[in-house]
Amino acid sequence: MFREKVLEKSFLLIALSSISILALIAFFIFQQGIPLMWKVGPNSFLLGDRWFPSKESFGIFPMIVGSFWVTLGSLVVGVPLGVACAIFLCELTPPAIAMVLRPMIQLLAAIPSVIYGFWGLIVLVPIIRDSLGGPGLSILAGSLVLGIMILPTIISIAEDSLRALPRSYKEGALSLGATHWQTIWRVLLPAARSGIASSVILGMGRAIGETMAMIMILGNAAQMPHSILDSARTLTTNIGIEMGYASGDHRQALFATGVVLFFIIMALNSLALFLSRRRRA
Amino acid sequence: MGKASGTRGAYWPVLFILLTLLLSCQRQQGGLSVVGSTSVEPFAEALAEEYMIHHQQEKIFVQGGGSSAGIQAVRTGAAEVGMSSRNLLDSEKDLVAVPIIYDAIAVIVHPDNPLKGLTLEQVRKIFSAELTRWNELGGRKHPITLVTREEGSGTREAFQKMIMGSTEISLSALVQDSNGAIRQVVADDRNAIGYISLGLVNERVRALAIDEIEASVENIQQRRYKIVRPFLFVFKSSPQGLARNFLDYILSPAGQKLLVQEGLVSMNPLPESRKEARR
Amino acid sequence: MRMRISRHHTQALAKGVIWVAAFSTLVVMFWILYQVLREGLPRLHFEFFLQAPRQMGRAGGISSTIIGTIALTIVAIVIATPLGVGTAIFLREYTRESRVSRVIRFGTDCLAGVPSIIFGLFGFVFFVIFLGLGWSILSGGLTLATMILPTIICTAEEAIKAVPYTYREASFALGGTRWQTIRKMVLPNALPGILTGLLLGVGRSVGETAAVILTAGSSFITPGSLFSPIRTMAVHFYILAREGISMEMAYATGAALILLILAINMAANWLMYRYVHRA
Repeated sequence: MFREKVLEKSFLLIALSSISILALIAFFIFQQGIPLMWKVGPNSFLLGDRWFPSKESFGIFPMIVGSFWVTLGSLVVGVPLGVACAIFLCELTPPAIAMVLRPMIQLLAAIPSVIYGFWGLIVLVPIIRDSLGGPGLSILAGSLVLGIMILPTIISIAEDSLRALPRSYKEGALSLGATHWQTIWRVLLPAARSGIASSVILGMGRAIGETMAMIMILGNAAQMPHSILDSARTLTTNIGIEMGYASGDHRQALFATGVVLFFIIMALNSLALFLSRRRRA
Repeated sequence: MGKASGTRGAYWPVLFILLTLLLSCQRQQGGLSVVGSTSVEPFAEALAEEYMIHHQQEKIFVQGGGSSAGIQAVRTGAAEVGMSSRNLLDSEKDLVAVPIIYDAIAVIVHPDNPLKGLTLEQVRKIFSAELTRWNELGGRKHPITLVTREEGSGTREAFQKMIMGSTEISLSALVQDSNGAIRQVVADDRNAIGYISLGLVNERVRALAIDEIEASVENIQQRRYKIVRPFLFVFKSSPQGLARNFLDYILSPAGQKLLVQEGLVSMNPLPESRKEARR
Repeated sequence: MRMRISRHHTQALAKGVIWVAAFSTLVVMFWILYQVLREGLPRLHFEFFLQAPRQMGRAGGISSTIIGTIALTIVAIVIATPLGVGTAIFLREYTRESRVSRVIRFGTDCLAGVPSIIFGLFGFVFFVIFLGLGWSILSGGLTLATMILPTIICTAEEAIKAVPYTYREASFALGGTRWQTIRKMVLPNALPGILTGLLLGVGRSVGETAAVILTAGSSFITPGSLFSPIRTMAVHFYILAREGISMEMAYATGAALILLILAINMAANWLMYRYVHRA
């Protein structure tokens, strides 16, 4: 009996590991980042538009804008195509083909982001540069590649939600005389909407957090982007590009960028959790 | 039969601790960590490769991160040797720096770019985005794509000091975190201009003459091409053991020959005053 | 209802659009893989896997990066599995929905969403600097362990949940303690599901780049101990691609990487298939 108690307590300790790691991460990031944010002033840090560490300028607004546009762009690419593919897999192909395609799409989700970044660098960037102008290393390139990267996530989850719907929805609609498409558009999609929303949020989370591929194809100019053909930096690439060597205030500023990123991701995560709990309920 | 079955589950952490203790004993013989400037990195790697051929049991780990990263790493003890492509700042003077070779910074453009050279003033204006189109320099009516290194880079630091002076590099410049990456961007983009270590210029990009002086090894040795900086190996204190041996190898005729073959310039100590920009 | 376009025409149009969109999307996604494989596969020969990179990656193979990838993954799995499976056991066997379990789940869900660069920052500051482990397999493996922990917890929990309660009832009826039940009835039956989770974790470790560079360094020589820095295949690919050192080598490394991921995925799928059949 005593042994059982000991085991139970040990498992409790083990189980607390995930939350402790989270706390540890948060602690270190905040401990390094918050003092700098305070010193520079949250306003001028978050809204300042000049990032020039050697001259003690630490404004990350251009990076926030960069993250925003790149993420938005990736959703514009990824969501419609992703949902289309989900519909395609679920409703428009015979189950045999879908069964083959599904694991292949899962494979695509596991491909490292650097491979997608590489492809973007070799194929997309020259095309954009030669036909649309600008350096090619741009928000447009980033959005396209990121959109492709989040597609497998959106497709799998959206398709799962569609498949999880009770058959009666579809059968009911069809038996009432609706066409297949009307059933999909007016009955199934709306019914699966919280699942689809979760998939979008998860895709968005992945998009915001992407670093390596973005360093490869965004060009990393620390400026406020004015068009999608401009080069830009995201919060993540800002950290990634300068982390190796930064010291003192500069390093702390990068941690402060991490703090901002942390908050954004936490907010997104909570939203996703809220939506998925609603779906399960 | 299970994954963490029975008391076997308890052995994991014990095993792990034992393993760590065992392997931590090896730490001393782990090898030499050489970290820092991405300009010095390829050459340090070549030197390390040569050295390890002749000393099979030694290991020398070379990695990049930038000059400031290397200096930081030496200070915190994360690495034994730091590579720097800029001189130590006053705040870093407590560390020991040994110049191993000299290197010039070349301003590079795409091979198809008709420009053959620029004046120092023009380079300044281009990189501060005062001039923004190639037709202002006699080329086509295309915008200039600037490429620069990231802020902790020794190459950028040297570029800033020797060419830009007090003028800022424009924030609109694309930033890449190594010489190789800049070379790659300039090699692919006809409208790009950037700067890299002269030793890394290859047939995919072209180095411009500055104030009519070509960036050639001869001009550097004759002190005509002045945008030169030392490659430094930085230590926390006087180097010992493997670090000392490696350094000795690099400073020996064999090591220097290897570096010169790769396009670097052998030790001719340049007086400090000649290396700053005259502005 | 407007009858200008009949709903059958709308349907045909909509389905057509979806077909085109989905088809082209899938084609593009697979074309990306195809391109890398097409260029890289022909360059994959036996020596490629057995030689270490030389001349910064221009020559030689990727043997040291393979070792690095494997070592890093093993460390990550060895650390994350007991923690992850233990957490899942606790959540499923030792407690009901309570404040404690909600807190644990919250922590796990949040951890799952943290971007890899933040893990890299944390790993750098905590493992490399604070704990003094330096850029090493150990630092990298520990950091990766924290990254794959949520995945392992999640899949292990699902696997344990899927074991029918009757198994447990039978064990209790025969006088088994809770731990005996877990060890002998639950875990063995949950094993395939848990292994699937481990494989997913392995897949993530193999593909991770940002956090690895910041914690395990990027030196590409064969490591000597757990404290040596290493380069994984993904990192090697990234560096080759960005620096334009050798496109052939980049493609070849990329192809090897894709094949590895493919193998891991297929193993995971096969496991899930077998698991489903068993249930």
